[in-house]
Amino acid sequence: MSRMKEFTKGFFKENATYVQVLGMCPTLAVTTSAINGFGMGLAATAVLTLSNIVISSIRKGVPAKIRIPIFITVIATFVTIVDLLMHAFTYSLWKALGIFIPLIVVNCIIMGRAEAYASKNDVLNSMLDGLGVGLGFTASLVLLGSIREILGNGTIFGVRLWSGFNVFAMILPPGAYMTLGLLAALFTAIGLKRKRGEQK
Amino acid sequence: MRVFLILFSALLINNYVFIRFLGICPFLGVSKKLDTAVGMGFAATFVLVMSSVITWFVNLLLVAAGLEFLRTVSFILVIATFVQFVEFVIKKNSPALYEALGIYLPLITTNCIILGVAILNAQAKYSLLEAIFHALGAGLGFLLALVIFAGIRERLELYELPKSFEGLPIALILASIISMAFMGFQGLIKL
Repeated sequence: MSRMKEFTKGFFKENATYVQVLGMCPTLAVTTSAINGFGMGLAATAVLTLSNIVISSIRKGVPAKIRIPIFITVIATFVTIVDLLMHAFTYSLWKALGIFIPLIVVNCIIMGRAEAYASKNDVLNSMLDGLGVGLGFTASLVLLGSIREILGNGTIFGVRLWSGFNVFAMILPPGAYMTLGLLAALFTAIGLKRKRGEQK
Repeated sequence: MRVFLILFSALLINNYVFIRFLGICPFLGVSKKLDTAVGMGFAATFVLVMSSVITWFVNLLLVAAGLEFLRTVSFILVIATFVQFVEFVIKKNSPALYEALGIYLPLITTNCIILGVAILNAQAKYSLLEAIFHALGAGLGFLLALVIFAGIRERLELYELPKSFEGLPIALILASIISMAFMGFQGLIKL
């Protein structure tokens, strides 16, 4: 039961994007389409899960004073591996995501989970935590990417829904901020309503 | 002449915050007050220019050794070390400057503009001078974005908003409108 909780908390209660407001740069930059958001999310999930596993298994041997550089090195190694793999096998996605793949290193979600969770918990729980938080991040990116792609291009995952009615601005940078702002307001409104329900 | 094109391109047309989406976390985090925004902007500009110079030489070494795939790992380590080093030096030599910039320095390591500019410099194969101007443009653009945004947010505090829009949501919508204004610079200079 508690294992399940480690996994599911990343989706709603501790959702990285809408609740904790972490990892904003890739969230805004790569969600021009649902598939780009999905690819970015999976890449980050892979790095997060693998680095959580490694950091949690070496946690007892790492001196507290130099833990941050060690964590960064572990994370950067996995980012390099993912970068090279994506270059080899999913070239068009690699090209679309561009500089944001190496920048997974400085994504605060990953460092945050390493510091707050993986350095204190056992390997299995850290793996589940990484998977959960990573997939929660992926879900938020796909949600944002789908809305922008549907409104801006009339398609979702490349499948055409309609033609002739496109708000092109949704694909451009202002659309990213606008969509995320409205979604954040929606999530806050739902949170407030729940709190009011609990008080009654 | 080309260096000025690179400078203004990074400053206005491809503004790192509003068009390229780098450095959003500190942008949303420290833009509540005007004076902290100015401090953060200058600290980031300083670190950007210095780290661009260092990573330019690191990249030279990597290319000479044929180890380009180690770029991400070596850049982030060099930047993290450099920021720590700057913090020590400033703390020791000029306490006044440390008071002004010190608290922002640790935050800067996780600012993705720094690593982003270093990688873009390497990818575009800029010369040292071009890399410096690119970093300067990026830093000043970040400062400009922070100052505009903080100025508006300070005044926004005085108005009453719907409960669910308070804080982050209204800030993002505000950023959307400023971003639209920055889209107006699009096509001003062709590199």
